[in-house]
Amino acid sequence: MPNAVQSPLAIYIAHLKRGELGYQFSPSARQAVFYPRVIAPKTGAADLEWRVSKGLGTVHATTVVYPQQGAPYNVCLVDVDEGFRMMSRIEDIAPTEVKIGLRVKFRVHTPEGDEDPYPVFTPAEGA
Amino acid sequence: MPQGVSRGSVAIVGAAESDLGAVAALMSPIDLMAQGIHRALDDAGLTLADVDGLFCATTQARTSAMSLVEYLGLPNAYTDSTIVGGSSFEVHVAHAHAALEAGLCSVAVVAYGSTQRTVGRRAASAREFNPYETPYKPFLPATAYAMAASRHMHEYGTTREQMAAVAVAAREWALLNPAAWEKKPLTIADVLNARPISDPFTVRDICLVTDGGGAIVLTKADRARGMRQTPVYVLGSGQSITHASITSMPVLTHTGAIESGAQAYRAAGVKASDINVLALYDAFTINTILFLEDLGFCPKGEGGRFVEGGRIAPKGSLAVNTNGGGLSYCHPGMYGLFLLIEAVRQVRGQCGQRQVAGAELALVHGNGGVLSAQATTILGGPATV
Repeated sequence: MPNAVQSPLAIYIAHLKRGELGYQFSPSARQAVFYPRVIAPKTGAADLEWRVSKGLGTVHATTVVYPQQGAPYNVCLVDVDEGFRMMSRIEDIAPTEVKIGLRVKFRVHTPEGDEDPYPVFTPAEGA
Repeated sequence: MPQGVSRGSVAIVGAAESDLGAVAALMSPIDLMAQGIHRALDDAGLTLADVDGLFCATTQARTSAMSLVEYLGLPNAYTDSTIVGGSSFEVHVAHAHAALEAGLCSVAVVAYGSTQRTVGRRAASAREFNPYETPYKPFLPATAYAMAASRHMHEYGTTREQMAAVAVAAREWALLNPAAWEKKPLTIADVLNARPISDPFTVRDICLVTDGGGAIVLTKADRARGMRQTPVYVLGSGQSITHASITSMPVLTHTGAIESGAQAYRAAGVKASDINVLALYDAFTINTILFLEDLGFCPKGEGGRFVEGGRIAPKGSLAVNTNGGGLSYCHPGMYGLFLLIEAVRQVRGQCGQRQVAGAELALVHGNGGVLSAQATTILGGPATV
């Protein structure tokens, strides 16, 4: 395996900065891999290819967090259609309205300051 | 996992808690380990000079075995500070079993200490940054278990009331345990109406935040038989680590306890229906439900209905978490050692008001991380070997 020029996380963030949800696919394992890695789990193969998701998914599990200060907010797990799961939150609806099975669409959230962008989702009508 | 050790070849011969609850100001986690070790050795009729194996974990010392060796002045001790969260101590028992059998040590101590309540949860176990989770501000570990609970409710119709029944049963047991932190009765309505933390959990679905520690002492069975206490034999162990972060948990309603339990039952040569008393790591109310299912005490999906009507409470048909559990007795952050201490006392018949009649076989199940590291230990009294 040659030395890494860019880390898996750096490539993931670069995709987000282009407005894309990047993920990896392993031909040897014949499955999507998330979070990004340098080798595929189980097979150990260094054959991970970067792909860009269409950005559609389904809420797999969800909760509303009640912080000691500030408004309640959603945290969920989204099953993205290409076959991987990620943590995220659903925006544009009340956190209590996020239900398992809800179809959702990806968008990039860009925090203020020097924090890296990260993916969030919104309800996807009819998708 | 191949079982390279023999059933019942080692026994727990000493067990004790350190100070619990809110300990004296400026006590350190290693002070609590040492206090637990002193009391557990006293329980066993041994002294520190007998100890040549140290197994320990705490979130408050990065190199806890090194700290403990220094504190106790045992430079040649065989050490193991494996840390996989709250189930570390069940893993230590399995490792100590192998080390004792291999002759790497002859008297092994497993120790824990935490001043989580005194120093604050954040200071006691700082969260590592995870670029794929931290931005969403999950309130960990509660949010992870809450999402697993959301799946259980969705797939099997498990209700808030059923989860609350776990907390109520734990409280009823705690009221029979003088060492328990909680001293007042609790109702299902109290649980449901408590402060919400991460849906579906309120603060009463979640383990306590206390200080505490303790130790157990193990030695080979032939030596154990002549000692002060009735030996409690290690009959079988199992472990399975399915993930580290909740995003990577393969199936949110099926834990590694399925595998760790199967390994432990196989090694011990027993089945769920043989077990007299259970100690299940109840960091959250959903845990008890998941582990009752995954360890074979009820079918998958039936755990919620199983715990209704006080079935696991003091007057119920299955004795679960007789000390009051992490929910009502004590939870300093990594609770697994206390499961072992209570199981030892039950098998010895030393539990007073909360003693389970004929507690000859005990199942201990530790949980670490966010349903991540599952470890099962089956313990038995003299009639089981």
